[in-house]
Amino acid sequence: MNTPALRLTDVVRTHGGGDTLVHALRGVSMEVWPGELVAVMGPSGSGKSTLLNLAGALDRPTGGEVAIDGVTLSGLKPEQLAQLRRRRVGVVFQSYNLIPALTAAENIALPLELDGQAALAARQEARAVLKDLGLGGLADRFPDQLSGGQQQRVAIARALVGERRLVLADEPTGALDSITGEEVLAVLRARCDGGAAGLLVTHEPRHAAWADRVVYLRDGVVVDGTAVRDARVPA
Amino acid sequence: MSVRLGLLALLAEGPRYGAELKAGFEQRTGGTWPVNVGQVYTTLDRLERDGLVTAGESDAEGRIRYALTVAGHDAVTQWWRTPVDRQATPRDELVIKLAIAITSPGVDSAAVAQAQRSATMHRLQQATRLKQSIDPASDLAWLMVVEHQLFAAEAEIRWLDQVEASVARFGATVPATLEVDAEDTVEARR
Repeated sequence: MNTPALRLTDVVRTHGGGDTLVHALRGVSMEVWPGELVAVMGPSGSGKSTLLNLAGALDRPTGGEVAIDGVTLSGLKPEQLAQLRRRRVGVVFQSYNLIPALTAAENIALPLELDGQAALAARQEARAVLKDLGLGGLADRFPDQLSGGQQQRVAIARALVGERRLVLADEPTGALDSITGEEVLAVLRARCDGGAAGLLVTHEPRHAAWADRVVYLRDGVVVDGTAVRDARVPA
Repeated sequence: MSVRLGLLALLAEGPRYGAELKAGFEQRTGGTWPVNVGQVYTTLDRLERDGLVTAGESDAEGRIRYALTVAGHDAVTQWWRTPVDRQATPRDELVIKLAIAITSPGVDSAAVAQAQRSATMHRLQQATRLKQSIDPASDLAWLMVVEHQLFAAEAEIRWLDQVEASVARFGATVPATLEVDAEDTVEARR
């Protein structure tokens, strides 16, 4: 595979205008390849969240290009964009965001069902994913019957079910204690070792250290870190 | 410190040969602190001189078994009870470097901090990978040593973040020519 799962090319994002023009990102280029986990660090206001929203096609850049799996987003119609987002990108938030009325397996199956897969097949795939992660015993539990760490591991599984190969994680360990946080990162790491591409935004150095590369943002620019790398064959 | 205190602590578990002490010390500290045999025997000689250890008769193979005296046991007990003095750590080059950087005109202290942060993050990444490869059930000491490296690297990164935030907030202070009292060192201020 010679296509990065995510590529940002000279991305600029401004908010407002005139006297209140804010430069959230000032020309950021970076790539995330299949098989790697990349951490983004930086102080509050450095542009981390803007970067993640652009990477997840939840926002459009003022300038520059975002491409997911080699598909440049600026050329897509809204419905194409929605489909790409649904099929290719998984997002993990600090607050798990599992649907309370659905079991762990049903939560994971949901994106597949939304994408037209038959419910039975989708749930079988969801169970297989849970088993893979050593969470097979939790398949029929509802979110309120799971610990925070278990919910977050289910959320990561959901983010990478089906064809999805890019997971964007926004402080996924923010609400967890240190040991539970590490269990969640171990799942994320394992998924990336298995070929997924991960972009992890965190302010915890210990959690960023699970990544293959760490990119530092400051005032909307990359100040350090190997943000763009040569094409490579995934491990 | 203290190969000396480490050896005393091992001897508190029972009499040992020098070679056993060397192997035991290295194994119990997760292999991070290799000692040579000469160092072990020099230390044992000093401990014997100070009345903390007695040397037994040499056996058929010429090996000597060492044992703690009562004073030796007291010294070990004292060690467990007394906190390690971290104030007496040597001057830290990184602290000195950044302290000067933030007050030097023409030096980009943020870049200095960032270069350090990248290097420390690299260390943290290495320690994180190493930790994943350790089986705690069989190598708890090694795990503890690696976790110490992890926390030390993390603390350094957090401190660098703080330095940078403080510089951003309060501005780099550029001192005029300083008239420094020779006694006014960091140590003297403590």
